[in-house]
Amino acid sequence: MYNQKVIDEFRNPQNAHEMPDADCVGEVGGPECGDIMRVYLKIKDGVVTDASFLTFGCASAIATSSVATRLVKGKTIAEALKVTNKQVVQELGELPAQKYHCSVLAEEAIKDAIDNYYKQHPELKQ
Amino acid sequence: MRDKDSNKTKVTDKIAKTVTKVAKQTATATQKAASGTKNTIKSVVNGAKKPIYLDYSASTPVDKAVLDEMIPYFCENFGNANSMHSFGQTGGVALENSRKQVAQLFGVGSNEIYFTSGGTESDNWAIKGIMGARKDRTKLITSSVEHAAIMSSAEQVAKSGKEVVYLPVDEDGLVLPEYLQNAIDDNTALVSVMLANNEVGTIQPVAKLAEIAHKHGAYFHTDAVQAVGSMRVYPRELGVDLMSASGHKIYGPKGIGMLYVKNGVKIDRFMIGGHQERSMRGGTTNVPVVVGFAKALEIALRDLDKNTKQIAELRDMLVDGIMSQVPYVHYNGHKTLRLPQNASFSFDYIEGEAILMLLDLKGIACSSGSACSSGSLSPSHVLLAMNKPIEQAHGSLRFSLGKHTTKQDIEYTIQSVVDTCKELRKISPLFLDMGSNGTEI
Repeated sequence: MYNQKVIDEFRNPQNAHEMPDADCVGEVGGPECGDIMRVYLKIKDGVVTDASFLTFGCASAIATSSVATRLVKGKTIAEALKVTNKQVVQELGELPAQKYHCSVLAEEAIKDAIDNYYKQHPELKQ
Repeated sequence: MRDKDSNKTKVTDKIAKTVTKVAKQTATATQKAASGTKNTIKSVVNGAKKPIYLDYSASTPVDKAVLDEMIPYFCENFGNANSMHSFGQTGGVALENSRKQVAQLFGVGSNEIYFTSGGTESDNWAIKGIMGARKDRTKLITSSVEHAAIMSSAEQVAKSGKEVVYLPVDEDGLVLPEYLQNAIDDNTALVSVMLANNEVGTIQPVAKLAEIAHKHGAYFHTDAVQAVGSMRVYPRELGVDLMSASGHKIYGPKGIGMLYVKNGVKIDRFMIGGHQERSMRGGTTNVPVVVGFAKALEIALRDLDKNTKQIAELRDMLVDGIMSQVPYVHYNGHKTLRLPQNASFSFDYIEGEAILMLLDLKGIACSSGSACSSGSLSPSHVLLAMNKPIEQAHGSLRFSLGKHTTKQDIEYTIQSVVDTCKELRKISPLFLDMGSNGTEI
């Protein structure tokens, strides 16, 4: 069902840890849906310097979280906001149709984190 | 006679060799194809010497003795069992002998056994066939933990405007007789409750339920697909009017099942066509799998006591190991009224499909009732009916053991489950929030 890239990403996810000193945290999903993605970002001078995640969910939820955090690292906030679920899927080669929502969650988790960052620093919002 | 037999054996051997040769060629071709990708069994299996199969409730490997019995009916005795000539008659005789054997093993008449394509067809036929045939009554009662074949058939009955009642279950998954007592009336045409549940293994009080159904003039059907081969099943002792069974759950082939229909029960035809199965089920009879089913049933019942004892001991070892070594875990289903092969768990803070996939990478095959692994939006309807929180349904995992399961398999599985839960909880936000920092995961 999953291709080898998804399996590898699930087996060895990157950035899969809590980040106590994160500048902002985003979270989407709920335990009743069987998926929760929490994304931690460190932001310095408008650039995402570090990103990590904790995920409760299936193999593709974990794989897409891993990819999404990797994609936003080093990007400016404006660039990070442009990371889409399609890019996440592209990185993985392909996802089974019923797993697309995992990539959507990953995109939304990043956006939620940045949203929360701006809530704390409204002066930085352009 | 002896010469004829020995000649037959030679031919059978030759066919068997050809089959083996073809199988080997196919295996080599598959291997060649697979070596192009990284996705060979070897590369995915970490630690386990060979993949461990703990999903026997999904399907079982065909016994060698069963396959041997089937092989002559593919190339040698291939005739249409309905044809008048000798080719056909050889198949016809095999078919009727198999029917006699199956009937005898279930303690019923051979004219009460109908062969079908599997458990799903038998369930469809039982529900739709009875609901269609009984013009005087329009109500169907079933339970809320049935297999999808019954659930979907019941939905179709409801769509046709008839009343369908789904009986609740208690927290162990039991349909208590009082639930049926409260729901049944004299408009009830059929009550259908499975003999044993496929997800949590709970064995239903079918004899008692059938008695209540009969008191109100309703027929009683039981889906015994999971139960046959794991416990002694006699339709007459249970008092059921109809019973479904399947071949591939008892080390027989796929594509074969049966429906027991008690003499005198009026049921509509399901598959319309020729005069096969006493004109009740059209379609050229698949003689090889019928022969295989009869043989598989014979072996399953011959070895039942020995196998179930061994399987239950290993299952208990698995349950004890997981319950004592993994924190935040629930054992689903009834403690004693339970199939010997079934062990169903719910793991808090982690999701079933992820556990299943990680175990698969460690060489262990099992199944999950999570929404993700079922391919639907909602998780196991069985666990939800048992009033388990939805999170526990998402985190559910079923191991089902079989006669080839070993003590080493179970030891390795326990350790792998312990490790897998730790790995997944380490990256679970729910586990972190639970404040378990420092506690054993």
